[in-house]
Amino acid sequence: MSAPMIELRGVSKRFGALEVLRDIDLRVEKSEVVCLIGPSGSGKSTLLRCVNFLESYDAGDIRIEGRLIGYEDRPGPRRLMGGRELRELRCEIGMVFQHFNLWPHMSALRNVAEPLRRVRRLPAAEASERAMQGLARVGLAEKAAAYPGHLSGGQQQRVAIARALAMQPRLMLFDEPTSALDPELVGEVLEVMRGLASDGMTMLIVTHEMGFAAKVADRIAFLDAGRIVEQGPPRQVFHESAEPRVRQFLQTYHDRNSF
Amino acid sequence: MSFEVLWRYAPALLSGFGVTILCWSAGAVIGIVVGFAISLIYRLNFAPLRWLLRVYVEIIRGTPFLVQLFLLYSGGPFIGLRLEATTAGILGLGIYSSAYFAEVFRAGFSAVPRGQIEAAQCIGMNPFDILWRISLPVMLVATLPAIVNLLIILSKETVILSIITVPELMYQMQTMAAETFTAFDAIFAMAIFYWLLVEAVSRLGYRLERRVTAYMAPATGAS
Repeated sequence: MSAPMIELRGVSKRFGALEVLRDIDLRVEKSEVVCLIGPSGSGKSTLLRCVNFLESYDAGDIRIEGRLIGYEDRPGPRRLMGGRELRELRCEIGMVFQHFNLWPHMSALRNVAEPLRRVRRLPAAEASERAMQGLARVGLAEKAAAYPGHLSGGQQQRVAIARALAMQPRLMLFDEPTSALDPELVGEVLEVMRGLASDGMTMLIVTHEMGFAAKVADRIAFLDAGRIVEQGPPRQVFHESAEPRVRQFLQTYHDRNSF
Repeated sequence: MSFEVLWRYAPALLSGFGVTILCWSAGAVIGIVVGFAISLIYRLNFAPLRWLLRVYVEIIRGTPFLVQLFLLYSGGPFIGLRLEATTAGILGLGIYSSAYFAEVFRAGFSAVPRGQIEAAQCIGMNPFDILWRISLPVMLVATLPAIVNLLIILSKETVILSIITVPELMYQMQTMAAETFTAFDAIFAMAIFYWLLVEAVSRLGYRLERRVTAYMAPATGAS
């Protein structure tokens, strides 16, 4: 039995007096799709950002295929992991942000090719070629020369997904990838993500798209006030949960979406 | 207006104009290089050095350029620093402008959106590539108008160098005015010279700005 793709054990984090994550346990197996849902401020994004150590955590372990991320893996007082080692781990973890975070001074193609050149050390021609394939995969081959400022939100997010995928990561993290999009642009991004899931990509997704979560996720984890209060297959969380906070959250969601 | 006098002094005036351009551009290059270095050191997590540079910037910004120039040119020999007038002028302009450039670059770096840096970090780019490939280009585009502005201000600060006898345009004009009693003509010609220079610089800056911002035109980010 190999180590799970992502394993969190007793992870806690505080910002001053505020406990943002409390004793989180979570496992994501290879090829599994797990969605994190819950009210805003519940710690979903912070949890996700701890997985690639964009945020540090105070206690507990986060392991990527068995390797502790962020800290040196040995007993005694914690010491930050070296920069090179952290980068090695990070380039195996793709991340997609709510606000895309494309580099505005580079074309779509350069956005995808740049990490291949700087991190994977590919020659320019090969990097461009792979970047082009990546853009084609998200349906944006014809926008290769366009700058992010000239693309729609949905297109920008697809470029951002292509940028992460081109690195051939072992898993992907999505931080509310459709929350900044106009409603009519949400579908194209979810479509790409659905394709990824069916190709067997391991994905940890923070989302407010309940329909997507219900259809695509293998497991849903519901966070509230820094704790995972319910975790299981979509059917269980969405329809059979006895947890009052989950029911209340879903009720609010249903009320807002019915007209 | 006596064109005959201007004509007679044309060689001197042209050489003065050349010296002005030389002092201005060399001073600006020093200022940009030193200012950029300061803005980089600000970003290091080393408090004593940062504090020291902070003091440097505040002193330079807090004292008149003329005073700094006198200190360098007339005070320099007391600590064994004997400089020729033009060298002192260039160095003075460099030191003076470095403090302002440092502030422009510092503000520019902090204006680079955090998310663009995070995107590079979490994809595994090393700090040097992040600085060189992501932060620097974004920062330069954001600060271009401020840089052009500083260059314009600096081009006119060169007249102060005449006080320590740097043979730049102002100095040559004053010589002409004194020798031929044509003070008004001299001042008038000066105004035209500098105005043309500034106009050229600002037009160039404007075109450059339009070029580098063209592709970023519509705001990026959330729809």
